[in-house]
Amino acid sequence: MPYVPHTPEDARAMLETVGVSSVEELFAEIPLALRPKSFDLPPGLSESDTRAKLEDMASRNNTALVSFLGAGFYDHYVPSAVDALTGRGEFYTAYTPYQPEASQGTLQAIFEYQTAVSRLLGMDCANASVYDGGTALCEAVMMAVRQTKRTKVLISETVNPIYRILVDTFTRNLHLSLVTVPHREGATDFAAMQAALDKETACVVVQNPNFFGRVQDASALFSAAKAVGAVSVLSAYPVLASVLKTPGAMGADVAVAEGQSLGLPLSFGGPYLGVMTCTKALVRQMPGRIVGRTEDSKGRTGYVLTLQAREQHIRRQKATSNICSNQALCALRSLAHLCLLGEEGLKRTALLSMENARYAAGKLTAIKGVSLLGQGPIGNEFAVTLPRAAQDVCLALIGRGLVPGFPLGRYYQGLENALLVCCTEKTSKRDIDILAAWLEDEL
Amino acid sequence: MSTVFQQSRPGREGVWPKTPSGQASDLLPPDLLRDGPSGLPSLSELDVVRHFTTLSRKNFGVDGNFYPLGSCTMKYNPKFCENVAALPGFARLHPMLPQLPRGDELTQGALEVLYETERWLCEITGMDEFTLHPMAGAHGELTGVLIMAAYHADKGNKKTKIICPDSAHGTNPASAAIAGYEVVSVASKDGIVDPEALAAVLDDQVAGMMMTCPNTLGLFEQNLPRIVELLRSVDALLYYDGANLNAVMGKMRMGDAGFDIVHVNLHKTFATPHGGGGPGAGPVGVCARLADYMPISRVVKDASCRFHLRYDYPKSIGYVAPFYGNFGVVLKAYAYMVRLGREGLIKVSENAVLAANYLRKRLDDVLEVPYDRICMHEFVASAAKQSEKGVRALDIAKALLDKGYHAPTVYFPLIVKECLMFEPTETESKETLDTFADDLRAILAQAETDPAALLAAPVTLPVTRLDETAAARGMHITEDM
Repeated sequence: MPYVPHTPEDARAMLETVGVSSVEELFAEIPLALRPKSFDLPPGLSESDTRAKLEDMASRNNTALVSFLGAGFYDHYVPSAVDALTGRGEFYTAYTPYQPEASQGTLQAIFEYQTAVSRLLGMDCANASVYDGGTALCEAVMMAVRQTKRTKVLISETVNPIYRILVDTFTRNLHLSLVTVPHREGATDFAAMQAALDKETACVVVQNPNFFGRVQDASALFSAAKAVGAVSVLSAYPVLASVLKTPGAMGADVAVAEGQSLGLPLSFGGPYLGVMTCTKALVRQMPGRIVGRTEDSKGRTGYVLTLQAREQHIRRQKATSNICSNQALCALRSLAHLCLLGEEGLKRTALLSMENARYAAGKLTAIKGVSLLGQGPIGNEFAVTLPRAAQDVCLALIGRGLVPGFPLGRYYQGLENALLVCCTEKTSKRDIDILAAWLEDEL
Repeated sequence: MSTVFQQSRPGREGVWPKTPSGQASDLLPPDLLRDGPSGLPSLSELDVVRHFTTLSRKNFGVDGNFYPLGSCTMKYNPKFCENVAALPGFARLHPMLPQLPRGDELTQGALEVLYETERWLCEITGMDEFTLHPMAGAHGELTGVLIMAAYHADKGNKKTKIICPDSAHGTNPASAAIAGYEVVSVASKDGIVDPEALAAVLDDQVAGMMMTCPNTLGLFEQNLPRIVELLRSVDALLYYDGANLNAVMGKMRMGDAGFDIVHVNLHKTFATPHGGGGPGAGPVGVCARLADYMPISRVVKDASCRFHLRYDYPKSIGYVAPFYGNFGVVLKAYAYMVRLGREGLIKVSENAVLAANYLRKRLDDVLEVPYDRICMHEFVASAAKQSEKGVRALDIAKALLDKGYHAPTVYFPLIVKECLMFEPTETESKETLDTFADDLRAILAQAETDPAALLAAPVTLPVTRLDETAAARGMHITEDM
């Protein structure tokens, strides 16, 4: 059979060495009462037939639509060399680098990844990644709770609503008090957050650009948080981090990000990359793998997993987190992506995306009845208010082959007429013009 | 070798998009902008290609090296699965499409993959419902424990403790603790859970027990029926850590055996690559009485064979992942299952167990095997005898690296001294196992005659043994600007 190399002669010789007469004898320890009541599965297929089956399934997904859908997950161009390099079996068929001498490739790459994302977010240090941006935010909240031994979590309603639901699930049995501070016309309400801050507050949690695409400066909130001993957590968008004021410059203690926009395909929700960075003071509260530089017995530079006394395989129930894996291959992709674009390439990507968003905002708000939701600077995404339900407009335009954006009413009561529109550097002016023309037709 | 940051030469052009019309200051006020460069490197495409190619050569992987790392199931990962996951119809699919009006219609193929994978996993494990959302084994454990907590809360049970055997993976107690439970350890006897010891720590505060079967010693938990009975008597749930499912496909189903919650490591049993530490996938299955607590969304099939995502489950624990789990990993696992089919999956387990027993017999006269009887897909040996001469398990591991093998897992499980844990998997040929056994025997012979030489190993790799203490003390975890 495929992937099992034993010929009948091999199997016979092996059974003889083991001292049993049949394979079935190897399973004699499983009591009869525990044997399967059923194992009703289809027969196997050839590689060619399996691929054909999966190709048919792939064809029943519509990826031909022109799309302005972002909402935290972005379609940026990925240089071809990313696939070529991360497709090397030496990387993708390796395991967690427990034997550092045989894993210097993975280890140095993680060290470089830690450096790249720390620099991008203006923070001191990073871990080797966690599952995704949402669970990274959950881990950041838990870090703050452990560090401060407090239980109140102040989170802005402008943080990605899916991430807020995740935080709710993960902290449900820990008796925390999650306080969601409502948005003000799509902006983070810093005044209300500051007013809610007190000596019971473990952390303040904001996002920049926020879920509505708005760019703001959290510096004042973060210094107020510091004054009462609370931890400041910021969820960032790494592509735009190349041009925006960094979480570090704002005074964040922990900065997290969804790393998907750095070279990972959208792939229907995963695997993605949870970027996690913090100040030096908090590094021992950080979950997950961390790689450090050291020397070998001959004084040569090398890399190892370090600060492992935080982790579950050493500390068991006293660990900082239960996490065991990191998204090493995704982190490698993002590192290769960042290296191929480089400082200038990433900045261009951010600027082009933002320029396209401004062009789109101008075109859409020129339509009668369409206006921006709130006033203030935006990144590459913005919310508009339509004269009727965004769901209906969205449905009509999908029927014509275009996804105009994300209807915000699903997560924000009262915003049933609001649509979140995203542009990247791949968005063409022509597509924006079509969006504007068709939207005008529908309204 | 130098890092990408050391190789950077400002002005060197990489894969740049076209020139933007203006600058950041044309778009945003200065107080919202970054002050100075980001410090990312500037490199040519060839610089980058050569750097990562060179790095890759400093790695062992299954493609190049026998990798008998116990409990990690480092089997061969079929290449066609990578092509399947990269099909544009999947790779380009935005995860929020199904949340748009009638968005399910745009993603029927992907939803069918989710639905079908859940059905396969249900039949393989004998569970009634599956969720693919958990993004790794430990994430599956946490999801399972949250389901456990929701069940007890719903029934009004006051439960505060979770039992983990002393041979458990570290993630088990850590997952229980993160979900707010006190962890109680139970000792093994003859390598398996002792029902008497379990009965001694069992009371009505116990929410559940987390078990790995076969356990981390590679032994089947023969007292399972008695354990199930004991737990049921206090309305505690039994959790199956699927790390070792590779041993028992078609031989035992968790649902039939009385487990209430199961997680499966797709990256192990279903051959998706481990990627140097991830991504994995840790789907969770439950018995029917726990179905209401499963995470949302859930995929359903209607009478006309259309697939839909549903969110209206009021007792659900909520979201554990932003979307539907690590879909790209699920795809590879699904393709692998479809390729192998019923007979193939049974043969996987049979041959994994055969290979482990064969290797055990090839080594049990030179290494102490504390539980030297028929094992499942892996076995644990001890270098206690060698350590008396100054050669520890770690030294044997390093000497294997010099011969081009990845080392077995060392010092786990914690209950065996100088532990070496071997898992050859079903994809390695008899020749590979024989050569490996011969080479390991030569190392063990050298441990008798020239132990000092082994203490210096490895000597053939890019670096010799690394100073981990200095790494932790120096905490040099990013490149200085």
